[in-house]
Amino acid sequence: MKEYKTVTQIAGPLVFVEGVSDVAYGEIVEITLPSGERKRGQVLDTQRGIAVVQVFGSTAGINVSDTRVKFLGETMKLGVSTEMLGRVFNGLGEPRDSGPAIVPEKRLDINGAPINPYSRDEPRDFIQTGISTIDGMNTLVRGQKLPIFSGSGLPHNALAVQIARQAKVASSKEDEKFAVVFAAIGITNEEALFFMRDFEKTGALERAVLFLNLADDPSVERIITPRLALTTAEYLAYEKDMHVLVIITDMTNYCEALREIASAREEVPGRRGYPGYMYTDLSTIYERAGRIKGKKGTVTQLSILTMPGDDITHPIADLTGYITEGQIVLGRDLHRKNIYPPVDVLPCLSRLMNLGIGKDRTREDHRGVADQLYAAYATGRDLRSLAAVVGEEALSATDKLYLKFADVFEERFIRQGSHEDRSIEQTLDLGWELLGMLPEAELKRVKKEFIEKYGKRFRK
Amino acid sequence: MGILHRISGPVVEAKGMAGAKMYDLVKIGKEGLIGEIIKIKGDTATIQVYEDTTGLRPGEPVESTGEPLSVELGPGLLRSIYDGIQRPLNLLAEKGGEFITRGLSVPSLDRKKRWDFSAVAKNGQKVRAGDVLGTVQETELIAHKIMAPHEGTVSGISSGSFTIEETICTIDGKPVKMMQRWFVRKSRPVAEKFDPNIPLITGQRIVDMFFPIAKGGTVCVPGPFGSGKTVTQHQFAKWSDTQIVVYVGCGERGNEMTEVLTEFPHLQDPKSKKPLMERTVLIANTSNMPVAAREASIYTAVTIAEYYRDMGYDVALMADSTSRWAEAMREIGGRLEEMPGEEGYPAYLGRRLAEFYERAGRVKCLGSDGRTGSVTIIGAVSPPGGDINEPVSQNTLRVTKVFLALDASLAQRRHFPAFNWLRSYSLYTETLDSYYTNNISSDWVELRKEAMALLQKESELQEIVQLVGPDALPEKEQAILLSTKMIREDFLQQSAYHEVDTYSSMRKEYLMLKNIMRFHHRALAAIDLGIQLKRISEMPIREKIARAKEIPEDRIKEIELIGSEVDKAFDELAKASAR
Repeated sequence: MKEYKTVTQIAGPLVFVEGVSDVAYGEIVEITLPSGERKRGQVLDTQRGIAVVQVFGSTAGINVSDTRVKFLGETMKLGVSTEMLGRVFNGLGEPRDSGPAIVPEKRLDINGAPINPYSRDEPRDFIQTGISTIDGMNTLVRGQKLPIFSGSGLPHNALAVQIARQAKVASSKEDEKFAVVFAAIGITNEEALFFMRDFEKTGALERAVLFLNLADDPSVERIITPRLALTTAEYLAYEKDMHVLVIITDMTNYCEALREIASAREEVPGRRGYPGYMYTDLSTIYERAGRIKGKKGTVTQLSILTMPGDDITHPIADLTGYITEGQIVLGRDLHRKNIYPPVDVLPCLSRLMNLGIGKDRTREDHRGVADQLYAAYATGRDLRSLAAVVGEEALSATDKLYLKFADVFEERFIRQGSHEDRSIEQTLDLGWELLGMLPEAELKRVKKEFIEKYGKRFRK
Repeated sequence: MGILHRISGPVVEAKGMAGAKMYDLVKIGKEGLIGEIIKIKGDTATIQVYEDTTGLRPGEPVESTGEPLSVELGPGLLRSIYDGIQRPLNLLAEKGGEFITRGLSVPSLDRKKRWDFSAVAKNGQKVRAGDVLGTVQETELIAHKIMAPHEGTVSGISSGSFTIEETICTIDGKPVKMMQRWFVRKSRPVAEKFDPNIPLITGQRIVDMFFPIAKGGTVCVPGPFGSGKTVTQHQFAKWSDTQIVVYVGCGERGNEMTEVLTEFPHLQDPKSKKPLMERTVLIANTSNMPVAAREASIYTAVTIAEYYRDMGYDVALMADSTSRWAEAMREIGGRLEEMPGEEGYPAYLGRRLAEFYERAGRVKCLGSDGRTGSVTIIGAVSPPGGDINEPVSQNTLRVTKVFLALDASLAQRRHFPAFNWLRSYSLYTETLDSYYTNNISSDWVELRKEAMALLQKESELQEIVQLVGPDALPEKEQAILLSTKMIREDFLQQSAYHEVDTYSSMRKEYLMLKNIMRFHHRALAAIDLGIQLKRISEMPIREKIARAKEIPEDRIKEIELIGSEVDKAFDELAKASAR
């Protein structure tokens, strides 16, 4: 393998190597610094005579005179094995705990390959998270990718661990195996500790694989970290028959890293300086979730992103929403009212909900109850702003009921304890109980027979 | 034969390509990845590659096929599911497994399958280009017409069983096969384009009643995520009264394409009761599949649509989403280091969009039998942040005639379909008016105008209500709010998931709205008689009107009867209050 000493230019995370002949696009590079320290990088642009290498980690210490560059002849791969369960790795996939190195059963390309839409199987197994706003109104199913849109200072981490702790499949059989793959991208040490402590306490760590790229780790690594996590998840799911929940936090840091590299490459920027290919790039992460025909395991993705300035139209949230199958949105107003989990149900959505609910899955009245709760809460919220202007007295009797409904809905349906695990029956019955506050003629979204069958006992 | 010189993402440069033509298809590297020449400078060609380029090295061979990117047209297209460059996804899965690997080449149409060809043309007959030589029953629903590629005298034609590559006859000595190829970036010729004056019936009440689409028309459906773009596209695909549906998922979600794939074979065509798939061609290029193939997918789809139009069929083309297509252009433009236009999109964005939508239309097909066909294009647009003041939406609006504005706030309160009735428009309403008057009811136009005026009035009144509260309005204006609430909830809202409500015939739509308007008129009259609005709003007949959407088409008489029940209920109310 040839080694080059022809570094001509260093700009941000990029190193330009001249005099090379046939370097492959995407090839992995080993860089030896004058101090003897070794770093890795990846080829971003290659032509006869020159290659542009993106260095993972800091470029501090690299010089043009005596830095040596070796092209390793292969693209970025990760050695995977079931031994990875229970272990903690850094953002480049090297062990971070005191355990031994992994003996790989297989080496896989971290970029994966798109799943053929023809080979995909429809996600349809209802995952019960025990959280009413999710189970009842934005149901998660196995193989779905559902992000949590949050803001700085909101309890998204607590919600994520609660979901990881409580998630189960109602119809699951004894022999099904579960795993959690956790990828931390640029989060603080404190946040990482919060996750690790919770995983340890609940015993989840034994069936978890953790990849940690912390805030003070090199930002370029952040491009790699989620891909390592997903490669591991795909291996566990499609080759080892496990049901894998992937938690990625925080995708905002990933996008920042993407922008940093794009600007170092002097690319034409798109919206707010983010590269024009960010949609395609994000899709190569988010789309790595799903079920495959004939395979037992599944990959379900729960990514967390903090919306800068709580702005849902910010490119990061916007492009994510166009790729993922819905979103769970946390609201600052609810958080201020001290309601946990502060899930602002109105902008929330689960696109795959209908596949996972209904007769034989949850309950036949599920769709109707969810729609009715949505409509009633939306009406109540509208009336709240109206009442603020004209006063509650000016409202009609029905409108007052809606106003009260909105308050009770927040207090009882949205609010629940961080260890409160509600079954889907409890959630739906609670929904009926709250709908009992409204006159029957207002319940147009539910079928009449369901009002008779499920709602009657909660009506006075 | 050239040599690869530079690789940077999905765009590569090759040297030694003298003699290559613009838009020629090339095979790259040892694996033979498929690409298309998009720029030539001296002997250097810039190529967009339809597959992942990771691992390619400078120095690998590049070979031009000498032909532009084409689609294969012939029996076997229906029921297929293709990627952006017309490779059947089922064959890719058979050959390469569940994940899409590179360098696979599979034929677009089945070469071995034998089709029963029944000849229509006679030996010795003189034919013109486009004349029907014979037909093949492609699926139970669709007879595939084999058309003469050029004029001349037919000889050696007979019915029988053929593969698509076998010669079925000769015209002026040139052999004719059932399969032909067509360059995707060039539209197929027609004899004449007509005015769009026949409605495309979608079964969606708000569209058919207020914002009708014409056969051969163009529709733009912009909306933020979660506002129901995809469900709308699926509904149009399922229920539109066209014979052929071409559905292209361009840069969209993998699981959504799977939903289409699993759902369409089970869905029944409402008229023929046969699976919908029997008349559908699907093209799926999900967001994580190579970006250059995404750019091509739209052209592949519209070329297939035109081909069935040429047989005399009405075709609906659903493109979800054209924004992803535009972004693919932007991404490739960026790699070419082109001078960008607005928001980084290439300067030719508007022209490309216009060219695409211009391929829609109701036409007289080539051929001497004067048959007509149409291609209706329904394009979804995904504007960033839901704000349509952006290049893709604006350029699309300039060329499309129907604008169905999806509204996030409606979607959030689960008002579906979430079309904003005040912002949406259709430029076809007037050309289609005579159709409604002649075919449904003489007062259709009147009814629509009245209901729309009421909805506009509502938004004015709502502004006042926001300031002073509803009680400050006179009773009559409060009655308008009651009626418009009924129009919104009992007519405009339509559930795609309710087995009956998902489709409404024109007759049902008409009766439903008619009943609501009758209620409205009687309510106004009752207020004149001094009856309190509260009592009107508590009338049980309102629930009957609301539940009319759940009444199936074969019991449509019941909806008709509600009209007289409204009258009866008001008569009784008047009597009771007179006492």
